[in-house]
Amino acid sequence: MSDASWEVVIGMEVHVQPRTRSKMFCGCAIAELNAPPNTHVCEVCLGLPGVLPVPNKAAIEACLKTALALNCDIPRHTKFDRKNYMYPDLPKGYQISQYDLPMSVNGVLELGERKVRIRRVHLEEDTGKLVHAGDKLHRAWESYVDLNRAGVPLMEIVSEPDIRSADEARDYAVELQTVLRTIGASNADMEKGQMRVEPNISIRRAGSGDLGVKTELKNINSFRALHRAIIYEVERQRQVLEGGGTVAQETRGWSEAEQRTFSQRSKEFAEDYRYFPEPDIPPLELDRAWIEDLRAALPEMPAVRRGRLAAQLSSRDAALIAADRELADLFERAVELGAPAAAVGGWIINEVAPSGKLPSPENLAELVKLVSAGDITRDQARVVLAESVETGRTPAEIVAEHGYAQVSDESELRVLAQAAIDANPKAAADYRSGKEQAANAILNDLRKKAPQANPKLAREVLLELLR
Amino acid sequence: MPLSEDEVRHVATLARLGLEPGDEEFYAGQLSGILGHIDRLQQLDTEDIPPTAQVVEVASRLRDDEPRPCLSPDEALANAPARVGGFFRVPAIQEEA
Amino acid sequence: MSADELTALTVKEASRLLRLGSISASDLVTAHVERIERLDPKVKAYLRFTPELWEKQADEADRRIRQGDAPPLAGVPIAVKDVLCVRGVETTAGSKVLQGFRPPYTATAVQRLFDAGAVMLGVTNCDEFAMGSSTENSGYFPTRNPWDTARVPGGSSGGSAAAVAAGEAIISLGTDTGGSIRQPAALCGVVGMKPTYGRVSRYGLIAFASSLDQVGPFARSVDDAALVLSLMSGLDMLDATSSGRPGMEVLNNYGGGVKGMRLGVPREYYDVAGIEAGVKAAIDAALFILQREGAEVVDVSLPHTDYGLAAYYIIAPAECSSNLARFDGVKYGLSEVDAPNVTELYMQTRRKGFGTEVRRRVMLGTYALSSGYYDAYYLKAQKVRTLIKRDFDGAFEKCDAIVSATSPTVAFPIGSKTQDPLSMYLCDVLTLGGNLAGLPGISVPCGTSDGLPVGLQVLAPQWGENVALRVARAYEEASEIRAEVAEVV
Repeated sequence: MSDASWEVVIGMEVHVQPRTRSKMFCGCAIAELNAPPNTHVCEVCLGLPGVLPVPNKAAIEACLKTALALNCDIPRHTKFDRKNYMYPDLPKGYQISQYDLPMSVNGVLELGERKVRIRRVHLEEDTGKLVHAGDKLHRAWESYVDLNRAGVPLMEIVSEPDIRSADEARDYAVELQTVLRTIGASNADMEKGQMRVEPNISIRRAGSGDLGVKTELKNINSFRALHRAIIYEVERQRQVLEGGGTVAQETRGWSEAEQRTFSQRSKEFAEDYRYFPEPDIPPLELDRAWIEDLRAALPEMPAVRRGRLAAQLSSRDAALIAADRELADLFERAVELGAPAAAVGGWIINEVAPSGKLPSPENLAELVKLVSAGDITRDQARVVLAESVETGRTPAEIVAEHGYAQVSDESELRVLAQAAIDANPKAAADYRSGKEQAANAILNDLRKKAPQANPKLAREVLLELLR
Repeated sequence: MPLSEDEVRHVATLARLGLEPGDEEFYAGQLSGILGHIDRLQQLDTEDIPPTAQVVEVASRLRDDEPRPCLSPDEALANAPARVGGFFRVPAIQEEA
Repeated sequence: MSADELTALTVKEASRLLRLGSISASDLVTAHVERIERLDPKVKAYLRFTPELWEKQADEADRRIRQGDAPPLAGVPIAVKDVLCVRGVETTAGSKVLQGFRPPYTATAVQRLFDAGAVMLGVTNCDEFAMGSSTENSGYFPTRNPWDTARVPGGSSGGSAAAVAAGEAIISLGTDTGGSIRQPAALCGVVGMKPTYGRVSRYGLIAFASSLDQVGPFARSVDDAALVLSLMSGLDMLDATSSGRPGMEVLNNYGGGVKGMRLGVPREYYDVAGIEAGVKAAIDAALFILQREGAEVVDVSLPHTDYGLAAYYIIAPAECSSNLARFDGVKYGLSEVDAPNVTELYMQTRRKGFGTEVRRRVMLGTYALSSGYYDAYYLKAQKVRTLIKRDFDGAFEKCDAIVSATSPTVAFPIGSKTQDPLSMYLCDVLTLGGNLAGLPGISVPCGTSDGLPVGLQVLAPQWGENVALRVARAYEEASEIRAEVAEVV
């Protein structure tokens, strides 16, 4: 922000799809993104008359785990409510949500030194999807309704307006995603719509205790978009206010193509949601023993683990690995088994994470030790790793089978190097006439014909012979 | 509390009930009569009385996260007034005020 | 056996004859269909018939009877209120808005009777979305009282009550939100029972007011009502409000008689405004009989009775305003789908699809929940609901069951209350308290006033169906008053 006299105030509303096999209130399987329309629907999520919602235990469990991970209070009693409004993507004419007795309240998410207070985490159901025929919403002549998403469970995580910058908002969203993945509550994949981040943004004169008029941003599909949208919106609000105007309280959409926010038409009628207790679902009396079991079973939070990993790795590598519970577990087990931490970290970040396939800690430790001892080359190690993951066999077995043990014996290397020089007479002549680059061609040929050659020693022997 | 014709219009709009000429007057009269009876509730002191939304004894009846078969697309759309392919069709969503 | 005798049987009697081989399930169906063809043009109890079902189900019943493994309702002809979904059968809740809707599922209560061998004859008429006390609010046509076709059968389950009273079904199913089983049972001279809220699954019941609705039977005897209720009851994982209590518990010791029981007579019910002298006389006679059988009659009080109707007419419309939002012309039923935009689709579909009473209640309920009025109306009504529930808790400390008239009046002439909604609402003044408190209640015939049936209501504490049934059965036996089949003229 150009003018230091403004303070930015951001609260976050994040909708997260908990990891469940079936919908929130019926047994329909969760549809893939590209599933054909209305193929994952039943009488309940279609809102046919006479049928009733029954809450999904796994969704409630995911919500409770999230609440516990965010240090929320979990009241003894909670209930579902109906939020009434009619829209074609809302098949019952109301959304089952939670109003005055949410599943949890008063939590906190720590971002390093900063604490962002969590107001509430509650459960609700998603709506369906509308496809508009025509280019612009208001010029569409008809719309098509797909209810595959209708009734998919959603957790809504609402923060207090404690965030002060686009950077902090992004850090908050990233950390929240990490926590959700660590505890297994959600895959929280933004591109798949499993995590939808809606910042509420206002600005005020620094030092002012009053909150400015806020706008809510939607259509944000990545952390990058979140960051850019907030920067754009803060600047827009600043210009409006400095130009003597007033900010309208409204919902604005982020256009990825135009890199700007735009006013989304307000609804035709001022809404009055007429919340009241959902009579089809008895109030929930949450079993305290269940909650304590969930609390006890929570894994270490990523912030704590990140701190521990940072003692052994660069802070960047520590953050990357701590963000994924399985990778972090793998790292710590492999190091426990005696493999050097920095090398294990490198292998996990560069090889394991991109492949998405995890070796056992024992096999990874063994592999890293083989490389560090110079017994096999990195190229060989990649092949061994892939095979080990595929077959579950140990690296030692695979190395033995491929005859990969590295050749470091100098007399053997001399023979191999001489053969390579003889096979590349032009390159050898070039080198000797001063073109040092030419040695690489010979070395590459050597490594191709004899991959087991220790590359460092082979180079030394080759250069000596060329002299 | 009597209900005005404006309030009838407002409530009908909230409920998305189309009105015909004369309906405002008709329903304002009838609903006012009913509310006249209902207003006796205000005589009761309910300050310390908890509300009862339900009289069920079961608490926390939850469903295991087991997928059940969905309806076939034909069954799902069998009662649809208008469909296009696998979609329900509706007219344009007018958002103008 | 004559056709008239076949259509006047109880379940017990029919089952005995079927098992003896004296009659077949197909004979029973044929006798009923012939009677329906003769009388229903006058009674108009049925909206539509289900010949595919009755043929298949009667054949199956006859086969199982021959094999000797007949289930308890094998071959018993039943009728089903138009609010209970039956797979593939047009189900409309008495409303034009659902015309043509064929659900791909069957209500749990109905399915359980099918599993018990029942044979479905057809779908019975009712007030639109069960909102009414006379069946005049049906979106199709009014049903007539079989005892006097110029009068109403009561409602909202008027078609189901009239079908049993007219010999057009042995058993029928209704739903009771404020009295919609008990009041028409009383007005038609049959037995009707509303179970404890949660006893019978509501899955497949097109909701009027979800926290009040229950499914229950109409029958010609207390035994039949008890049997059918026990078969419908019990846990259903498709209804989160359904109780895990076993259905058979409704039968516990219900034949034990009333000797030593304390029967409470709430003075607010006994002297309720508008109660007819003939009705009061019939209740007095019933109390005398019950005392003669050894029951002790005690005075009790339900001090908030005067507020019950007001609380009910906030809570039920509030819930219905939300429950009926799904009738939007998008997924099923009537639709003005060629309207210029979605808002007009909603406005036009719901204007054409809903009748006057439904529109009245949707508006009333929307108003009660709307911003600025929620505390004064909806929340207030919920608190008064607590007071009413406490009234019953207090009364049941002094008595085992509560007895009263079911309806302050006998069947009234068609058209006599349609212009004044409040007068119609007052029909339920003695029954709706049971719904607000979630109690089981039964109405049994207790004589006549001016030649029209009067009903005796027995209310029991939650889950005390067996207590209500016990009083009703003892009365039925001692009074020798039976639900008779009307000779419709």
